[in-house]
Amino acid sequence: MAEVQAEKVAAAEPALRPEIAFGDRPRLVEGVRAYGLIVAMWLRSTLAYRASFVMTTLGNFAATALDFVAIMLMFTHVDALGGYALPEVALLYGASATAFGLSDLVMGSMDRLGRRVRDGTFDTLLVRPVPVLAQVAADRFALRRLGRITQGLLVLGYALVTLDIAWTPLKVLMLPLMVLSGAAIFGAVFVAGAAFQFFAQDAAEVQSSFTYGGTTLLQYPPSIFAKDLVRGVTFVVPLAFVSWLPALYVLGRDYPLGLPEWVAFMPPLVAGLCWVLAGLAWRAGLRAYRSTGS
Amino acid sequence: MRLYAVVAAGGFRRHATYRMATAAGVFTNTVFGFIMAYTYMALWDARPQLGGYDVSQALTYVWLGQALLMTCALMGGGFEDELMERIRTGDIAVDLYRPADLQLWWLAGDLGRAAFHLLGRGIVPMLLGALAFDLALPASPWTWLAFLVSVALGVVVSFAVRFLVSLSAFWLMDGAGAMQIAWLAGLFFSGMLLPLNLFPGTLGEVARALPWSSLLQVPADVFLGRSTGWGLVQAYAFQAGWAVTLLLAGRLLQSVATRRVVVQGG
Repeated sequence: MAEVQAEKVAAAEPALRPEIAFGDRPRLVEGVRAYGLIVAMWLRSTLAYRASFVMTTLGNFAATALDFVAIMLMFTHVDALGGYALPEVALLYGASATAFGLSDLVMGSMDRLGRRVRDGTFDTLLVRPVPVLAQVAADRFALRRLGRITQGLLVLGYALVTLDIAWTPLKVLMLPLMVLSGAAIFGAVFVAGAAFQFFAQDAAEVQSSFTYGGTTLLQYPPSIFAKDLVRGVTFVVPLAFVSWLPALYVLGRDYPLGLPEWVAFMPPLVAGLCWVLAGLAWRAGLRAYRSTGS
Repeated sequence: MRLYAVVAAGGFRRHATYRMATAAGVFTNTVFGFIMAYTYMALWDARPQLGGYDVSQALTYVWLGQALLMTCALMGGGFEDELMERIRTGDIAVDLYRPADLQLWWLAGDLGRAAFHLLGRGIVPMLLGALAFDLALPASPWTWLAFLVSVALGVVVSFAVRFLVSLSAFWLMDGAGAMQIAWLAGLFFSGMLLPLNLFPGTLGEVARALPWSSLLQVPADVFLGRSTGWGLVQAYAFQAGWAVTLLLAGRLLQSVATRRVVVQGG
């Protein structure tokens, strides 16, 4: 019995040796690798309680599905909302929900940072030989968020089946481009929001208004919102690039604010820019961090 | 009685401690209020008088929803996590020894919390909404008073539902799944996502008869002056009826559950 245990320890040991856990690879590769290891750990922990996992995933699915049920109920009274029919709204909804779902799955736990700063457990992350951002993003990785992605994809599928679109190669390419860069933009918002929590620890909810609020906003056509609001989410917090502009290109509709057609292809660039800014904010936040000392 | 007043005051003060979180919450309520206000404007623009509301009444409904979201705990966030945790860990045995009624103890605390959330999270978003949009605010102070009574009844109904669901932890140990279902039902059937008078046919009738309509739809209709005179009495009777029924159901379930604790040996 003791031998078996000794063997187990020996087998487990290499992973614990620092030079293997933290090698001479570039920081980015190291971060992604560490992220993967932490996620794998949380996956094992999640799947230990399968019934609970299934229930919470279904709940996650239902929570967002009810959102769409409300929109369908609206369409029992009207044929168009702001000039957009149900399948068109479904495309906007599906694109934004899927992009946000992906981002939420990968880094949705970042809003827990404020709590960690407050109770002092953030210090633990700083002493580990792993990039802090990777640790914060993977913290309590919640696989149940697949529920939200599934729901978004279903609505997107419904939209694509019911819509009558004159498909071109560019429009087909636009779909994956939109979802992936949209997820990246939301990811940058998550990082920037987390950086803000270094300064205002109790303000996790401010982040929700840009993430959850953002995806709610993008589910409706831009034509129903006030010009200033649309300007704000185009030029200040560039959420319009997540789904509005690319989806309007696919639908062949006019852009808000009289923007030119090529802006629909900007999302990858915008996402890159957002990540640079979010990265700078994150560094500033991390530098400004003062431990509670408890 | 004094004891419960002290517990209620404690509940108020406990939530009043987190000023930054309250400010952040007000910000979020306001953002969501704006988003929903524009969607409702588009909806009522296409169909004026939809559900018997005019545009400014519909917009008022949006901001009432934001004001009551925390007060009536439409998305949870009250005492339930704590109570379920105490049941899971067995600390509930200590609570049962206390010379206070378990249900009234938690009710008092939750009323204190709701009072704080009405003041802290309700007033400012409502004011900002009134600045940005043309809202249908009641002219008569009696309507405001009638509204506050209706909100209080709504909070009690909300408490009673969450207390019942929390007790499920006696059997399930981890009540998170049950609580999530109750939370979703609350969000949908309270009228938070869409006013219940826009729900079609049977779904609408069922939704309006369920207890969750007491949390937002009924107080909102009182505020908008749609429940007056005999209608107001009916609204109160509906809310109070559900409050009493659910509180009694909670007591019944509690007595079954506590017998179980004794069997388990604590």
